Amino acid sequence: MSINWFKYSSPATFYPLAGKLIPWFYGLAAMLTIAGLYISFFVAPTDATQGESYRIIFIHVPAAWMSMFIYLVMAMWAGLGLVMNTRLSSIMAQALAPTGAMFTFVALITGAFWGKPTWGTWWEWDARMTSELILLFLYIGYMSLTAAIDDVRRADKAGAILALVGAVNVPIIYFSVKWWNTLHQGASVSLTRAPSMAKTMLLGMLIMAIAAWMYSIAVALSRARLLMLEREKSTVWAQEVLEQKP
Amino acid sequence: MNWGSFANFIDMGGRGFYVWGSYLITLVCIVLELGLLARHKRTLWQRLTQIIKLNKQG
Repeated sequence: MSINWFKYSSPATFYPLAGKLIPWFYGLAAMLTIAGLYISFFVAPTDATQGESYRIIFIHVPAAWMSMFIYLVMAMWAGLGLVMNTRLSSIMAQALAPTGAMFTFVALITGAFWGKPTWGTWWEWDARMTSELILLFLYIGYMSLTAAIDDVRRADKAGAILALVGAVNVPIIYFSVKWWNTLHQGASVSLTRAPSMAKTMLLGMLIMAIAAWMYSIAVALSRARLLMLEREKSTVWAQEVLEQKP
Repeated sequence: MNWGSFANFIDMGGRGFYVWGSYLITLVCIVLELGLLARHKRTLWQRLTQIIKLNKQG
């Protein structure tokens, strides 16, 4: 069986399909968040060295993962839009940016709230923290740039170049704890060795991470639908959507 | 994990401010994002349906 993927890259098909999927992703995000929080606060034990303050990990790490991952996906969509000139790609890139910025902000702020009781400081110009802060500026820069240019196609192109150049920062964030021996601790979870934490702690963190994924997909799809409707407002399908009041 | 009492749960071993502060700020960020998205939807729909109405009136 072959699926015609190009069919789904047309806004007229994508718009109603996304509309059907969004409630499912929100539902999954809510259920996983409840399960994740339950494990985080009622199953996972007290940490031997950090006591209870480590429980910030259940939002800090998923938020930090999402901040980097969303950036890469955003840069990929933006790059695809630049090369293939497909309408949906640039829309997806723009739809992801605010959510990525939100997760970056959450990662930074929860890091500060974790750093104060653990390291005795809210902020340090440590390699990982600084590169994560640069990520926030990249998101803000991308959003401001695409919003500042009136011509949609030019805005997409300029944004794509910024997003692609900025992608260099993501491996820097990820490997910063290896390359520079500064304040931030090393990775607790890696693909190459066993995780250095209790199983229930890891489980809580992973469930919260999947919840963050589901949330991001739901929000990005909702935002993509709005961008799509706005850009395609004079087309037949958009007129039809607008005729049937929501 | 048995907290013993609700007060212990809130206290988080003396780190309640940091733990709950983190979770509260995250909640505010998510609510803010969803709120802005809902507002974006409302204003866009109002604007676009208005245009359609005006076009119909000629």
